[in-house]
Formats: sequence, C-alpha cells, structure tokens
Amino acid sequence: MTASAAPGASAPAASASVVPLLAGVAQSVAHAPDRARSRRQPCHACRQAAHVLAERDDGTVVRHDTVVAKAHAPDTDPDAHRTRLAVAAHPRLAGVLLPPLPATGPLLHGRPVSAWPYGLPVDPGDPDAAPWEQAAALLARLHRIAAADLPGLPGPLPAMRGPAKAALAVARMEGAAAAHPAADAVRRAWLRLPAWARGEAPPPLGGSLCHGDLHLGQLVRHPVPQGRWLLIDVDDLGLGDPAWDLARPAAWYAAGLLPPYVWRRFLGAYRSAQGPAVPAGASADPWPRLDVPARALTVQTAALALAKAAAEHREPDEVEQLVLDACVRIAALPPELACDPAP
Amino acid sequence: MQCPKCHAPMHTYNRSGVQIEQCSGCRGIFLDYGELESLTRLEAQWQQQAPPPPPAAQSYPAAPAPAWGAPHGGHHGHHGHYRKKGFGRMLFSS
Repeated sequence: MTASAAPGASAPAASASVVPLLAGVAQSVAHAPDRARSRRQPCHACRQAAHVLAERDDGTVVRHDTVVAKAHAPDTDPDAHRTRLAVAAHPRLAGVLLPPLPATGPLLHGRPVSAWPYGLPVDPGDPDAAPWEQAAALLARLHRIAAADLPGLPGPLPAMRGPAKAALAVARMEGAAAAHPAADAVRRAWLRLPAWARGEAPPPLGGSLCHGDLHLGQLVRHPVPQGRWLLIDVDDLGLGDPAWDLARPAAWYAAGLLPPYVWRRFLGAYRSAQGPAVPAGASADPWPRLDVPARALTVQTAALALAKAAAEHREPDEVEQLVLDACVRIAALPPELACDPAP
Repeated sequence: MQCPKCHAPMHTYNRSGVQIEQCSGCRGIFLDYGELESLTRLEAQWQQQAPPPPPAAQSYPAAPAPAWGAPHGGHHGHHGHYRKKGFGRMLFSS
C-alpha cells in the first residue's frame, strides 16, 4: 500500500471516520454468499475491533477476515481509478497483480473504495527473506505487457504516477522542512533532473505498463500463507518508463544501503525474466537507463525523510542521512555528468 | 584537487572517520598517507562483527554503480545498514 506522499496532512478526523465505514465494507464483502460458503469456522473478525492495516493521507486499509477494503486518496481521478482496477482484474495480469473483489458502494467521504482478498505481506523483521527475485520477475512480466494486450478496459491506460509522486514529495518537503540545512542539496538535485522525471513533461520512454510505486510493502502471498507472490496497490500504475520500477532498489544500492549482492540478485532476476527496462546481458551496464529514475527516487526518499523528521521533531536518522548524502553528491556532479538537459 | 590520472575534479568524502578523495570523472580513489591502513583496520573490525556474506556473493565482479553512488569500501560493499531498523522502514514505504 502506498505511504503518504501528499503535501500537507489531510484531517485525521476525516480519516478516522472512514475506518468504521470501511470495516463495514470489508465485512459485507467477506460475508458475501460466495465467500461465506467457503468458510468452515465462525468468523473471529466479527468479534473484534476493526483491524486497520494502513491509515495514511492517500490510503486507508481495513481488514475483515479474508478481505481488505481500501479507501483511496481523496483526489483520486475516478476514471483512471476504474481503469487501474480493471487492469488488476484483467486475465492477462493473472499471476502478476492481485485481482480485486467485486465491491459496489458509494464513495466514502468522496474517496473511492475497493475490496481485495487478504494476502500475506513480507515480514518487515526479516529483510533477508524478502522475495527480491520474485519482485523482479513480476515487474518483468508487467513491463512486457502492452496496452494492446489489454482489450476491454473501460478507458485509456493512465500515466504511471511515479514522477508525479516525486514532485509531491518535494512539495511536501518545501511545506514542512524548507529551511532545514539539508533541503538545499535535495532541491538542487531535484532541479537537475529532466522535466519528465519531475512530472512536468511526458516520459521519452513511456510505453510500458508500470507499477509506479514498488517497495517491499507492495508484495503479498495469495492465497495465504503459501500462495505465489503478487504485486498489490495499483494506485500509481500506468504507462511510463519501466526503469522507474527498478529505481527505488537502484537508489538504495547507490546510496550504500542495499548490499551489492541483493542488488545483483534483483537485477539478475529481472534480466532472466526478459525485463525490458535495462539492456539484456549480465555484462551490460544498466545505469544509463537507471540513472535518471534512480536520482528521482533518491530525491523523493530524501525529501520525504526531511518532511517526516520535521513532523516528528527530530533530525534525520543515520539511514536517512545516507540518502541525503546521495543528494549532495548528485547536486555536486560536474556538468558533464548531469543527466540530459530538461527539454 | 584534480585527479592525477584524468584531471577531473576530486570530491572528498568522509567514511567512518576516514577522508577519501574520489574523482568525479573516472571514479578513481585517492588515499592520503595512513588512510589505507585505517580502512584495512576498519574492514578487519567489520569482518569480526559481521556474519559472513553468502558464499556466492564473492565470486561475482563488482556491480556497476552510478557516478553519484556511495563510495563502497571494496568489493564487498558496505552493508552495515541493511538490517538497521531505519532501513527496514524505508524498504516498506513510498
């Protein structure tokens, strides 16, 4: 599920009042006749308080037994949202994206609502067990799907929202931590990116279906607990540069956070699955393709780190500092190592 | 300071208290007197603390990295942060 990237914070009161309504949606879907028939035991969730899996500006998620219901961001484009849900439900995406459950209902406080089967997430306490290879292979399969492979969608595929989210992160930093001494390097690294990577122009390589917000929280096993790994959260999915989906692990690696052997596993699995974002062949340098998106994700991560640190009245921690250090190095690159000038 | 090999400007980084200069052009690294010994000492301390890397990891060549990448301390890289709580949070959020 997505974490907050919206500038400013929406009113917590509105979000709190969504939870009971969302719990009701999850319960009614979980107890719909076709799902209830498969139940062998009484539903324990019915006797417990609402199980909130995520509660952020841009997404509130509540679980009831085998079902989760999600209230999407208040500014969600309804047409694009409908198309993204149809992509997740499309047979061509079976085994790649978790398909939604049918859920009809009014908007909750103006926010669209969707229902999904509950999937088992990656254990945050055990990064070594994270399914890096499976994540890479799922992305490769996603990226190889063309718009023409998806007949019957209710509308045209929207743009992948990665660059727009990076811009929102920088806006959030400017709103919450503009005066922090580290903000200047983040800002300068951002302004050195080409316009498309700042969400201000169409991407030059925009023809692939992309997830748009890959991180380890975007993978679940379904059916629980031993089913295959699937990608979740289609809120940022759309057409774009597929290298964007590799850029967050690439940025972690470049910042010195992700060990080289994990990065090699991830990249190798992507290539083995014929992912189109980087040149094929283990000896080909992927960085000419990864450089701009990885710089953008570095800036996004650093900007959010400063905004979160400011909100929590603390200085950036040691890990966040490494990403801020990477922004300093990007900002200090000589002109010949700058990326393509903004059109 | 300019790189003795390709004459591009060199940037100074501080890693665990050791100053190193890296060339912005060819990515070569310049060490002052005693810095190699400091790095060797830090690496020995690191190896005593850290669990051994997976056996397959060392047989690979170093992965390419961007010009702005963190200077890695040798081919094993610096993965002391991988299991830190802060990075765990970062791995799971937008």
